[in-house]
Amino acid sequence: MTKTADTAKPLPLADLHRKLGAKMVPFAGYSMPLQYEGIVAEHEWVRAHAGLFDVSHMGQLEVRGPDAAKALEALMPGDFIGLKEGRLRYSLLLDDNGGVIDDLMVTRRADHFYLVVNAATKKADLAHMTRRLPDGVSIEERSDLALLALQGPAAADVITRLGGEVSTMTFMRGSPIRIKGSEIWISRSGYTGEDGFEISVPVKKAEKLAKLILDDKEVKPIGLGARDTLRLEAGLPLYGQDLSPVSTPVEAGITFAISKRRKMEGGFPGDERIRRQIEDGAKVRRVGLKLEGKQPAREGAAVYSGDAKTGVVTSGGFAPSVGAPIAMAYVAAADAKDGTELKIEVRGKKLAAKVVPMPFVQHRYVR
Amino acid sequence: MSIYFTESHEWVRVEGDSATVGITQYAQEQLGDVVFVELPDSGKDVKKGDEIAVVESVKAASEVYAPLSGSVTEANSALDDDPALVNSAPETDGWFVKMVLSDKGELDGLMDEAAYKDFVKNL
Repeated sequence: MTKTADTAKPLPLADLHRKLGAKMVPFAGYSMPLQYEGIVAEHEWVRAHAGLFDVSHMGQLEVRGPDAAKALEALMPGDFIGLKEGRLRYSLLLDDNGGVIDDLMVTRRADHFYLVVNAATKKADLAHMTRRLPDGVSIEERSDLALLALQGPAAADVITRLGGEVSTMTFMRGSPIRIKGSEIWISRSGYTGEDGFEISVPVKKAEKLAKLILDDKEVKPIGLGARDTLRLEAGLPLYGQDLSPVSTPVEAGITFAISKRRKMEGGFPGDERIRRQIEDGAKVRRVGLKLEGKQPAREGAAVYSGDAKTGVVTSGGFAPSVGAPIAMAYVAAADAKDGTELKIEVRGKKLAAKVVPMPFVQHRYVR
Repeated sequence: MSIYFTESHEWVRVEGDSATVGITQYAQEQLGDVVFVELPDSGKDVKKGDEIAVVESVKAASEVYAPLSGSVTEANSALDDDPALVNSAPETDGWFVKMVLSDKGELDGLMDEAAYKDFVKNL
């Protein structure tokens, strides 16, 4: 493990993470902070105060050109022509079979679209988009930028105390703001289910900004471990586990990412299959499961309905804010209804679990 | 009474033919928050190196191995209600199992406290 961590690329804030006592692990080719104080303590801190995450491993891309909106609509099921400046949309890069190549955030800025994609997929995303985008529409990776996330109920107060004006910014909106004389890009968005912000800042200014934010007594640094438990409780899928080319957005239960106009018109990869599934229902569904007892079930565990295998866990673990183990799984549509009693097999033992609505912990977005 | 350690970070306290087994302070630090411990039933016979328990932290499941051969006489039921004892008191109240040893000659293959401290220092 240590060897891989050494060869993994460092984040722009690597020195700061080390100074803060982070335990570093390799993740998606980067050396990332897994935890500082401990996953549960960090998780609880974010739910009660505010936590700073370094998510600079994620890909920040800019797509520009006169027909950029139309070109993006040929790759994803979002309404980008109708997307107003300063608004974000959660979207999906789809393959021709309707499978998910990546999930991402798309923001319309004044003269281009700004995309934030997953770290493990960013190379493939770039190749895919470069191949498919028409002449006159360009795509550029902004590896000169770092990405920070400040998440939790105190996040807005923290930004305000630093002089940032975010009082009129609601969930899924973004704009450039000034903090201590520097211009940064900030959006009210995140991956924890809490109110919060994501901040794009030049690598050169990232450490200074991170330190300013961490100086606030409401803020602690938070690692990947708590990022995972927070997003799991928020019912948010993780690409590579809960989303993959094997599943369509309908099967994954994220049809909200398909804008109304696109549902009617189609014109995105896999549109026929996806629209048919929207009409007729999918054969499998991603569901939330709450387990009885304390034993967690993890990615790969088989899910049973009676004696018959009905699916597989794609993410699972102990949920600190729920106080019990929870999981996401793909199961047969017949077993996907809330309240359905299922079993999850862990090391030969079948654990009782029940299908429950997601999120497991209510979102607290400021709309 | 003597305490011995394994390279997989179990400790075993030996009194006559009986032994108590747990995981070390170093191991619990590496695991992080423990949320569940799967323990064997008493009466189970194990060979040195067999999986004897599984400890689940927030981030992963890890196997715990029998440091010595023998028969399990008791599992620590306090861990059912309070698995975090493994974090707060790994080498005392957070013990995993008690067992009767079948081959005390196996003790030769284990480290004493000083050797284990050196071993951890070099990890």
